[in-house]
Amino acid sequence: MSIRGVSINIQGLGYRYSSRGNPTFSNLRLEARKGEALAIIGRSGCGKSTLLHIIAGLNRPTEGIIEFDGKKVDGPSSRWVMMFQAPHLYPWMKVAQNVGVGLKFARWPEKDKAERVAEALRLVELQDYADVSVQDLSGGQQQRVALARSLVMEPELLLLDEPFSALDAFTRASLQRDVRSIAKRLGFNLIIVTHDIDEAVLMADRAVIMAGSPGKIVTEIEVNLPDPRTRQDAAVQAMRARLMDEFHAAAQVAGTPFTEEAKQEEVIIDA
Amino acid sequence: MATAGVGGAGAGIRAVRMVSRGAINFTVGLVILAILWAIGGHLIAANPKTANFAGFGLWPTLQAFPELWSMGKLQNATYASGYRLGTGLLIAIAIGIPIGILMGRVSWFRKLTDSPFQFLRMISPLSWMPITVLVFSAWDHSIIFLVAFASVWPVMYQTAAGLAKVDPAWFKVARNLGAKPLQMLTQIILPAISFDIFTGIRLALGVAWVVLVPAELLGVTSGLGYAIKDARETLAYDHLTAMVLTIGIIGYVLDTVCALLIKRFSWHRGDL
Repeated sequence: MSIRGVSINIQGLGYRYSSRGNPTFSNLRLEARKGEALAIIGRSGCGKSTLLHIIAGLNRPTEGIIEFDGKKVDGPSSRWVMMFQAPHLYPWMKVAQNVGVGLKFARWPEKDKAERVAEALRLVELQDYADVSVQDLSGGQQQRVALARSLVMEPELLLLDEPFSALDAFTRASLQRDVRSIAKRLGFNLIIVTHDIDEAVLMADRAVIMAGSPGKIVTEIEVNLPDPRTRQDAAVQAMRARLMDEFHAAAQVAGTPFTEEAKQEEVIIDA
Repeated sequence: MATAGVGGAGAGIRAVRMVSRGAINFTVGLVILAILWAIGGHLIAANPKTANFAGFGLWPTLQAFPELWSMGKLQNATYASGYRLGTGLLIAIAIGIPIGILMGRVSWFRKLTDSPFQFLRMISPLSWMPITVLVFSAWDHSIIFLVAFASVWPVMYQTAAGLAKVDPAWFKVARNLGAKPLQMLTQIILPAISFDIFTGIRLALGVAWVVLVPAELLGVTSGLGYAIKDARETLAYDHLTAMVLTIGIIGYVLDTVCALLIKRFSWHRGDL
């Protein structure tokens, strides 16, 4: 697979669900380098998932522009693919058919499609499951199929909307490691929306903290850590502590300070 | 692999057991029905007051089949009814599925059509007969219209209900992966609701079959309904019951075919 990343430029972005309603966020500005992994973290309701849907072209912004490599984004494309919280696989299709569905939409020749699907399945270590029904897979395996379905399109940007939050801790950790490693190996961008601070530290090159209502980007923190990253690394733990402090400070600045109870509820800290 | 092999053999044994149990239930149920019919027929034949109706019994009915076959009545009646049923059902499917999809996908269309469709659905199909004979030049067309009118509703409403249950994220994922509207229809929507569509067709078939026979009692000179009327007028009670039995057998076979299609195309686990 030959994938390259994309430079992202978001300026003055705003969104409101209805013309009379309050804006979900307004005047957002965000940039990313080619191949960079961004984590957007924030409390529920700050608009981070909506922002991701708009970047994916699934929702239209009410104001502002999004450019990839200087070209305006005005709809969904197989060049930027989104992975959702649940795998949302098509249960009437086998694993390989699910992985190849995007190529089928693009009318790829059968032989080329089969080769690309096999390669994507190898990347997610499911090469022996091509002819298995997706209904026979575990949650983690299903999410790997969803990842392969995204990777097979050779996207320049992979958008992840809390993609591992429904998985057990062990599977989550292995997928977090694998997605980052595949992204770095193939060179595509990642944008991960999460409220798991650990996920942001383990997967991102930069963490963007959103807070408030309407949401705004309060701060951005470079996560300059070597790969591979594990939870036990002292540097990872230090970065997590720093992000936690920044996260709480951001909430204060945005006027939505955390109570002790809310801190426990909103931010997942895996031991 | 070894585990898969053992699992596969276990599943095979379970499937064989299920099929054998089904075959036993099927046979025993029919044998009980046949015994009750034979007893009833014997009582009718043994009573001098009802002896003229002995043709309704099981044995006279079974003996009538070769006779009806050699006369060509059975084949002709079945073909005529089958043609009307098939054509009416095809029209109902061709209209019901697209409208059902629109109802399931487009909220304003569903709201707009709800009251007129519910109103029309509640009118007994046979009550349209006097109007249809004025509108259509041939009786055949009238009956096909009645069959289509009666069977369109289950197809339409089952399709719409199936679509309403579909995970909206499937559409979002497909759009995200570049699906065009026609691909969305053929590769996502139709497979997603195939179970509901076939269930609708199965229900429609039952309704169509129920409407077809009484419709054929009026006006036409062919078909199973007409054959029953003809047998009654000629006092050929064994022929009459043979035709009734034929209607039951054909209906049962068609329903079984539908059930097998549902099973074949269903991706839901544990269906049927």
